[in-house]
Amino acid sequence: MLAYTFKRLGLAVLVALTVSIIAYLLLYLSGDPAIALAGEGARQADIEMIRHTYGLDRPLIVQYGDWLWKLLQGDFGISVYFKTEVGPLIFDKLKTTLLLGISALGFALLVSVPLGILAALYKNSWIDRICLAVAVLGQALPNFFFALLLIMLFSISWHMLPVSGSGTWQHFVMPAIALGYYVAPAFMRLIRAGMIEVLSADYIRTARAKGLPARSVIFKHALRNAIVPVVALAAVQLGFLLGGSVVIETIFALDGLGYLAYQSITFKDYPVMQIIVLLLSAIYVLLTLASDIANAWLDPRIRVS
Amino acid sequence: MSSNETVLDVQGLHVDIRTAGGVLHAVRDVSFQVKRGETLCLVGESGCGKSMTSLAIMSLLPKIAHRSARRLTFLAEDLNLAGKKRINDLRGNKMAMIFQDPMTALNPAYTIGDQLTEHYLHHRETSAGQARSRAVELLEKVGIASAAQRLGQYPHQLSGGLRQRVMIAMALMCGPELLIADEPSTALDVTIQAQILRVLADLQADLGIAMVLITHDLGVVARIADRVAVMYAGEVVEDGPAQEIFATPQHPYTQGLMRCIPVPGRTPPGGKLGTIPGVVPSLIGNLQGCAFRDRCEWAKSICQETVPVHASAAGQRWRCIKNQNGAFA
Ligand SMILES: Nc1ncnc2c1ncn2[C@@H]1O[C@H](COP(=O)(O)OP(=O)(O)OP(=O)(O)O)[C@@H](O)[C@H]1O
Ligand SMILES: [Mg+2]
Repeated sequence: MLAYTFKRLGLAVLVALTVSIIAYLLLYLSGDPAIALAGEGARQADIEMIRHTYGLDRPLIVQYGDWLWKLLQGDFGISVYFKTEVGPLIFDKLKTTLLLGISALGFALLVSVPLGILAALYKNSWIDRICLAVAVLGQALPNFFFALLLIMLFSISWHMLPVSGSGTWQHFVMPAIALGYYVAPAFMRLIRAGMIEVLSADYIRTARAKGLPARSVIFKHALRNAIVPVVALAAVQLGFLLGGSVVIETIFALDGLGYLAYQSITFKDYPVMQIIVLLLSAIYVLLTLASDIANAWLDPRIRVS
Repeated sequence: MSSNETVLDVQGLHVDIRTAGGVLHAVRDVSFQVKRGETLCLVGESGCGKSMTSLAIMSLLPKIAHRSARRLTFLAEDLNLAGKKRINDLRGNKMAMIFQDPMTALNPAYTIGDQLTEHYLHHRETSAGQARSRAVELLEKVGIASAAQRLGQYPHQLSGGLRQRVMIAMALMCGPELLIADEPSTALDVTIQAQILRVLADLQADLGIAMVLITHDLGVVARIADRVAVMYAGEVVEDGPAQEIFATPQHPYTQGLMRCIPVPGRTPPGGKLGTIPGVVPSLIGNLQGCAFRDRCEWAKSICQETVPVHASAAGQRWRCIKNQNGAFA
C-alpha cells in the first residue's frame, strides 16, 4: 500500500509539472503576449518596453524556469488588470469556490445515495422509475433556470434564504443545490447499477442465510461494496464542480474562482489566468490521486496483499 | 427433546419459477424428513432441483421463484406461517446453510473474524470478546491452524479449502439444529474435496445435528448418508435408508446412477463407467406420468399415466410402475 501510494504520488508530481508547462505556454496561445498586453494601436517602442519589463525577451525556457521558481517560493506574480498580487487575490476566491463545490457534492450525494439504493432494491418497478425521475430532473432543467426557480421560491416568495452574496452559510444553500443537483443523476445511476450487481452476489445470499436484518444486508454488506466506484466519481465530479461553477457563481453573485476566471479571460489578465489553470489542474490531480488511494484503501484485496 | 425427533419435515414441496417460456416447475411434490443426528443426502443430475429445494427450506429463493408446500415444519414450527422476522430469527441461528462456491460466498470487504461473529452477535446477546473466542474455537474445530490470527485476515488471503472451512465454522457458530450443505466441495480441488466432506461428516456426528447434504458424488453418499433421496426432474423418484438404496436400488434412474460409480477392484482402470443416455425433459409446463420414461429401458405405454409410489418394509419408497419384485404393477 505504501509503495503504491508513493508510485501514484510520483506520477501526480509528473502530471502537475506537465500542466505547469502548458499553463505557462497559455501566454503564447493568442500570439505575442507583449502585443496583446500593449493593447491595440500601441507603438513598437511601447511593445518593446513591455516585452522587456515582463521579461518576455528572454529564451522561453528561462522565462518558464523563472516563473516556476517564483511560484515554488510563493510568488504568484502581479495581476495585470487588478494591479495586486495574484496569490492573495486567488486564494481568497478559492475558499468560496471550494465551499460551494464541496457543499454541492454533499448535496448531490445526499440526494443520489438514498435514491440509488431505493431504485436498486425495487428495480424495474414504479419506485425505481420515480427515483430516476427525481434524480434526472436536476439535469433536465438548465442550470441557470433551476437556480432562478430556487431564488423565486426560497427568496422572493418565502423569504427563507438570501438572494446573493457569500457572507453566511445560508448564502451557499441555493447555489449548492443548483450546482449539486446537476451532478446527482450520474451518482444515482452508478449507485443503482452497483447495488443491483452487488445485491445478486453470493455473499449477499450468505448474509441473508445468516439471518442478518435487512439494514445490515443492504448497508453493511451491499453498499460497502457498491460505494467504491462512487468515491472515484466523487473526486472527478468535485473537480468538475470547482471548474464549472461560473454560471452559478455569477447568478448568485458569489465572488469565487469561476467569476475571477471569467474576468481574467475578458481582460487578458495572463498572470491570473495561468495561476487559475495551474491551480485547478493541481486540485484535479490531487483529487484523482486521493480517489486512487481511497479506492485502493477501500478494497482489502489491494490494501492487504 | 428426544434424540430421534424430526427436525425438518417437508411434504409436497413445490417451487415454481416464472420464466420467459412459461412457468418452470423446478421442484415438484418433494417430501422428506430429517431427524436429529441424521444425514440426508440429496442426489441427482444437474438441474434436477436440489438447490431450489434447499433454498426453499431456507426461504432464500430468488424473487422470481414461488414456494408452496403442503407441510413445511422445522422443529415442529410451521415455516409456511413464519413471517420475515421469524425466519430471520431462525436463519443462521437454528438453521444454517453452506454454499457451493466459497470463493464468492464471503464478503471481500470484511475480515473473517467480522463475518464469523456478526450473526452470533446479532442472534445472541453477548460480548464481542466472547464471540471471538467462539469463532476461534470453531475455526480450530474445522481444522484451521493459528485460528486467532485468521480472524484478522480477509477472504482473499485464504485458499478455497480454507474459505470453505470458514463457511462451515460460520454456519456452526450459533449451534444450529439443521445444516444444509449444497455441494460444499464441488468447487474445490479434488484433493481438498475429501477433507472438507470429512470435516462436515465428523462435525455432524459430533454435534448430533440434522444435515441435508447435496452432492453429485455417490461415493461420498455411500460413506456418510443415513438416508438418501434421489431427485429427477424436480421429483424425488426414490428415497429411503442409505443401505437399502445402495443394496437394492429400485428405480431405474437410481440403478443407472449406481452403475456410474467406480467400484475399486471391479471397475477396470480407464474402463468405461455406465452413463444414462438421453437428456432431462424440460421442466416448463406440466409433466404427465413418469419424467424418466424417455430414458428408461423398461418404459411401457402406461408410464405416460400417473405413476404409483411403492414402498418396502425397510422404508424404501420409489416412484415407478415396477414393484419390489421387478413385476409391473
Ligand atoms: N434463476 C432461475 N431462472 C430460471 N430457471 C432457474 C433459475 N434457477 C434455477 N432454474 C432452473 O431450476 C431448475 C432447478 O435448478 P437447481 O439449481 O435447483 O438445480 P440443481 O439440482 O441444484 O443443479 P446443480 O447440480 O447444477 O446445482 C433447473 O432446471 C434450472 O434451470
Ligand atoms: Mg445446485
